[in-house]
Amino acid sequence: MHEMGIVRNIVAIVSEHAAPQRVKRVRLEIGKLSAVMPAAIRFCFDLASAGTVLDGAELEIIEIPGRARCRSCGKELALAGLMLRCPCGSRELVKIAGEELNIKEYELEAA
Amino acid sequence: MCGTCGCSDDANAMITNLQTGEHAHLESEVRPSPAGVSGSHRHDGHDHSHDHAHDHDHGHDHGLDGSAAGRTGAHGATVELERAILQKNNELAERNRSWLRGREILALNLVSSPGSGKTTLLERTIRDLGGCVPFSVIEGDQQTANDAERIKSAGAPSVQINTGAGCHLEADMVMRGLRELKPAPGAVVMIENVGNLVCPALFDLGEAGKVVILSVTEGDDKPSKYPHMFSAAELMILNKIDLLPHVDFDVDKCIAHARETNPGISVVQVSARTGEGLADWYDWLATRRSQTSEAAFGI
Repeated sequence: MHEMGIVRNIVAIVSEHAAPQRVKRVRLEIGKLSAVMPAAIRFCFDLASAGTVLDGAELEIIEIPGRARCRSCGKELALAGLMLRCPCGSRELVKIAGEELNIKEYELEAA
Repeated sequence: MCGTCGCSDDANAMITNLQTGEHAHLESEVRPSPAGVSGSHRHDGHDHSHDHAHDHDHGHDHGLDGSAAGRTGAHGATVELERAILQKNNELAERNRSWLRGREILALNLVSSPGSGKTTLLERTIRDLGGCVPFSVIEGDQQTANDAERIKSAGAPSVQINTGAGCHLEADMVMRGLRELKPAPGAVVMIENVGNLVCPALFDLGEAGKVVILSVTEGDDKPSKYPHMFSAAELMILNKIDLLPHVDFDVDKCIAHARETNPGISVVQVSARTGEGLADWYDWLATRRSQTSEAAFGI
């Protein structure tokens, strides 16, 4: 369950930045091709944030759909998985979106 | 838990240097533990006590440095962070990569399911090539130093990293392993990741490339089931081919599955037990080593 490690990173980065103030909300960006499950992130977040300035914070997750550019025909296409091919027949796809694992922003509790 | 003395808790990662017998607990920068000091000690029959508790008293003075405390009003302010979640791991991985590249060291991240024969393949490789190729091995497992012991017996220096509750190696663990091993310029560092086809794909260790090992006792559709790993690898080693007559594994289908997700993946078919096909793996290694020495000078 690598999500726990990822959530520990999130808590470490945000708490280092925000402390000693308390955090009310964190917004993440998770690509649909990133092999990270938002549900598992939510599950781990409460555990990992307990006792930190993120304790009780709301987690907002924006999922980014996969997109790729075809090396053969140059067109962009939606990529729902890693095993797809371009309508032109080529499998030489360059991923351009969907692998994001970012912390976009956080909101502090009102003082 | 430390397998030798039982100190510390299960979640802590630990490193054992097989050459010196020393082991130490790894305190990760990205996995803050409430009370953890990295304590190193040698086991030679003496008593030792573990007192890892200490007060954390980090001063937080964020007045002018652009972080949160300097810019908040009465309302809950929103702070734009725009930070990669794995940034720390990625930065440490880049440091490892530069360190290795400058020394013309080829580092490979070996990934597979548990039981694919990674350690057996490494033992055989070290025995066959160890005379002319200086190998160093970083072994990752949740528990025990069994694999590092096997590598040491095969003739290569090794460190064992026990990830405890963790299911993959991270860049800081490899950095620590390199510090212990001090591989010589031109060496080959084999990083045997924890047996797992999911998480190791996400964590860059600073390696030159990933090699995925799949044994024919597994399903031939595994590349389709675990596409992240197979799309991240540059070489697939099909192991245990001596067992092909006894299993329903379709080699062509397996390679087709792998190329479906990664058209550029190279494939070698070997039996680490009988030695069949190993020459192809050794050729691949030799080519990769010469590329590494060329890359060191940016050629």
